[in-house]
Amino acid sequence: MRILGISGSLRAGSHNSRLLAAAARLLPADVEYVRFDDLKALPPFDEDDEQDPGAAVQHLRSEIAGADGLLFATPEYNSSIPGQLKNAIDWASRPFDQTVMRNKNAAVIGASTSMFGAVWSQAELRKVLGAAGARVLDRELPISYAQESFDTDARLVEPELQATLEAIVGELLEQVRITLGNRTGAAREA
Amino acid sequence: MATSAAVGITPGTYEIDPVHSSVGFTVRHNVVAKFRGSFADVAATLTVGDDGKLVLDGSVKVASVQVKEPNLAGHLQSPDFFDAERFPEITFTSVSLEPADDGTLTAEGDLTMKGVTKRIQATGELSHLPEDSYGGERAGVELTTTVNRHDYGIDWNATLPSGHGFALAEHVTLHVELEFKKEA
Repeated sequence: MRILGISGSLRAGSHNSRLLAAAARLLPADVEYVRFDDLKALPPFDEDDEQDPGAAVQHLRSEIAGADGLLFATPEYNSSIPGQLKNAIDWASRPFDQTVMRNKNAAVIGASTSMFGAVWSQAELRKVLGAAGARVLDRELPISYAQESFDTDARLVEPELQATLEAIVGELLEQVRITLGNRTGAAREA
Repeated sequence: MATSAAVGITPGTYEIDPVHSSVGFTVRHNVVAKFRGSFADVAATLTVGDDGKLVLDGSVKVASVQVKEPNLAGHLQSPDFFDAERFPEITFTSVSLEPADDGTLTAEGDLTMKGVTKRIQATGELSHLPEDSYGGERAGVELTTTVNRHDYGIDWNATLPSGHGFALAEHVTLHVELEFKKEA
């Protein structure tokens, strides 16, 4: 099983990248974790470029296609999703009849330095992922005051938030197992 | 000439003629319009017992959903809607199928969609052709019912701007028009 982590923040000291690291630490040893770090390299979505979108887009699609589950950590910009994260999903969702997002298990968590913890951004990201065809957990993890929420080992300080993070990671893995089980069963029947 | 009444239809198993059958749905969209879709891959069997009792079994493949826009067809198959990966079929099994003398049909049965089974009622018409151009006996079943899609966990919606309600209505009308040919 392979989980792909995607942080919606590009900056080096990103709280959401730390949140992803905290989530990745919870994964069992038999789960491979890969972080997608090339968000910044993606060009703006242009339907005219769909036939030859370039290496950065191919890389994104290939990483998503090769993953069994997607874990997004998103900040919130002006009450919504960061533009480059939305741009990445727009690329990944096209062409829609053969999108790598179809039925892809996905979960969304998020952190912000505000008191609301990117809660609207997470809701919008779930909506966008669903529209792109993904199977999205109806769960959220709003980490408020992100600058104070991690210890020096990048673990969540607040036990309740840590428990919610564990629950979300567990549910994502469970959904992936269901999907993989169904596919194995379908292959056996065929 | 076709007779519209149930009387006269002979006992046996009737298999669907898929070319001349259709299963579709209608749902109100953007408050003002009716959006229509259908399923291309339909299977159904009508059984007529020696006592005249009718039993209808039918299913459609979710992946065969047809709408005018391919992107929308993809979205309808996704977990937001029918979730074709985990629930590849929609099925119906009648528990009662009662034709009146004028051919009016009243049905009750179990509709399973997205893993949820609910007992529903439907109304329509039963028709009968004792002998078609090739000498076979045919029966026609038309049924219509309205279901609440939220009963089946098909909950996707989007709020319209300025508080004008939702993009998609909760009630969906199902239209089934089936032509059957008696098994030799």
